[in-house]
Amino acid sequence: MSAVAVHNLVKQYKSGKAIIEAVQGVSFDVARGELFGIIGPDGAGKTSIFRMLTTLLLPDSGGATVDGSDIVKDYQAIRQKVGYMPGRFSLYQDLTVEENLHFFATIFKTSVTENYTLIKDIYVQIEPFKTRKAGKLSGGMKQKLALCCALIHKPVVLFLDEPTTGVDAVSRKEFWDMLRNLRQQGITILVSTPYMDEASLCDRVALMQKGKIMTTGTPQQIIQSFNHNILAVKAQNMYGLLQVLKQWNAIEDAYSFGEYHHVIMKERYDKKVMRQYLASTGYADADIHAVTPTIEDCFMQLMQHKHD
Amino acid sequence: MNQFLAFVKKEFYHIFRDRRTLFILLGMPLVQIIIFGFALTNEVKNANFVVLDNARDAASQQLIAQINASRYFDFEKNIYSNKDLEGVFQKGEAKIAIVFPPAFASDLQHLNKAQVQIIADATDPNTATTLTAYAAAIIMDYQKEITQNALLPYTIDIQQRMLYNPQLKGAYSFVPGVMAMVLMLVCTMMTAITIVREKEAGTMEVMLVSPVRPLKIIVAKAVPYLLLSIINIISILLLSVYVLNVPINGSILLLMSEGILFIITCLSFGLLISNVTDSQQTAMFIALIGMFLPTVMLSGFMFPIENMPLPLRLISNIVPARWFYSIVKSIMIKGLGIQFIWKETLILAGMTLLLLALSIKNFKIRLA
Repeated sequence: MSAVAVHNLVKQYKSGKAIIEAVQGVSFDVARGELFGIIGPDGAGKTSIFRMLTTLLLPDSGGATVDGSDIVKDYQAIRQKVGYMPGRFSLYQDLTVEENLHFFATIFKTSVTENYTLIKDIYVQIEPFKTRKAGKLSGGMKQKLALCCALIHKPVVLFLDEPTTGVDAVSRKEFWDMLRNLRQQGITILVSTPYMDEASLCDRVALMQKGKIMTTGTPQQIIQSFNHNILAVKAQNMYGLLQVLKQWNAIEDAYSFGEYHHVIMKERYDKKVMRQYLASTGYADADIHAVTPTIEDCFMQLMQHKHD
Repeated sequence: MNQFLAFVKKEFYHIFRDRRTLFILLGMPLVQIIIFGFALTNEVKNANFVVLDNARDAASQQLIAQINASRYFDFEKNIYSNKDLEGVFQKGEAKIAIVFPPAFASDLQHLNKAQVQIIADATDPNTATTLTAYAAAIIMDYQKEITQNALLPYTIDIQQRMLYNPQLKGAYSFVPGVMAMVLMLVCTMMTAITIVREKEAGTMEVMLVSPVRPLKIIVAKAVPYLLLSIINIISILLLSVYVLNVPINGSILLLMSEGILFIITCLSFGLLISNVTDSQQTAMFIALIGMFLPTVMLSGFMFPIENMPLPLRLISNIVPARWFYSIVKSIMIKGLGIQFIWKETLILAGMTLLLLALSIKNFKIRLA
């Protein structure tokens, strides 16, 4: 039995007369002990899925089970055994670190000492601030505390909705290290993130866009399925360069990617052709080299296909 | 049970760490009682009066001295013509003017009949009526004094007795009123805000994905406010007995029980509001419009219900404070027992049950 099984989940919101389809028939499975990532930009429907799985919202159609319990019928059973960390910091800001932790331990009918081993690695990092009010912590600290509170009752499945959004790069890395540690303790983790580079840290990911899952698989599988040449290009006039590239019929797509533009070439075309073309359009100085695709490249390509 | 206690403890942390809330909760009742007790009162004291004495004789001087001696009036000045009268009232120098005709004393002695005119500033009709009545009473007393020895053929001697509040002190009616008002503010408004605050802060989202049952959350939210409100009742009663000298004539136990019943009514209403709204502002607004205004206007505390037009009288029946106000007055001032107020108590209890049932039914177990 999978830890989470989602089948054709649909969620609509009414805004005035318009109906917004936030989640449009999403299906996926998460195996026990897996670290599963839902990757997609803002508005992809990640939070809606999390809220349905944590029984906070009712699906309009389709269904799902969490640890074998139905998200509609057995909502009380699910509330006993999952841990949930919403996207927005949702602890009591006027309570101290310690008080928050003890409060959440008590309402989950456990105590901090009982499951201390589970949170120990994380809690030692915030322990020096245990008498500080939660509202006065830094962003990274808040996330660590929230994670402790979501973990304190040793949940079967842990739902983390954008835990690294608004957190600095160092804290983000630390946070992912913690998640990988937790996975070793046998906790199934569902995490959502808008950051493509975090995909490679998951066991398996689902790439989402506009309420639909475009693909699921391990990060390697997704990258391997990318069957095009990809070139990174840089020049003095980056904006002009992109304009010129986009007018070229030898490419599938071109988009800026950090300090380079990534260009997905059509078959048959390679670096040499690119250099000739750029020289003819006044970009002889362009720095061109081949790169291995990343999840973000896959995402851009999948999006492109969807639009076509 | 541990869950419940942890919840109550957390709620107390919220209250005690928010200084402003704490002040509203505990300080406001005291401030209100003191303001109503000493500043805002409809008793008339030390009203200024002017005299247009055309007689300037012994009788008029005696009468003026007696009016001045009463605690209701203070002599402002003499004026000397009818024209000045207008000016005095326009400038607000006096609330009433006493006008004596020429030959006041001689008319009194020789014709056995004399006239005095009382002119009052009726911009505030209640004060005007009260002051003219007071002045008339003093003049009647003076008349009795001078006719003491003469035998009048027919006289009706009026004996007045003011039951329950012989000194006609305003405190007797506003203490029950302020009590209703304060409990309403503390319980309804504060509880209305408390659940909504958790919705706004997102903590409700986490709370829902936990094994805690809704009923527990609701009751745990209400308990701290119940305790604080009981402290408020006690402090209001202490202040009114020892500072304002308003007695508690009936049973204190009964008074406290009725108070607790009313607190629960207010709490239930507050919880209902917080369950059906999504922002603190809306909750506060509904609590003010739905509870506070009717309490002030329609409970009979500020304006007598008997004088209201029929629609308002009907509406006043659904205002819980109206029944509580009448219960408190009966117990505190008249010293009545439960056999006289069981009807009001029953109505209040019915309202409480209805509100409580509605708020539990409306507690959302999900987000939308």
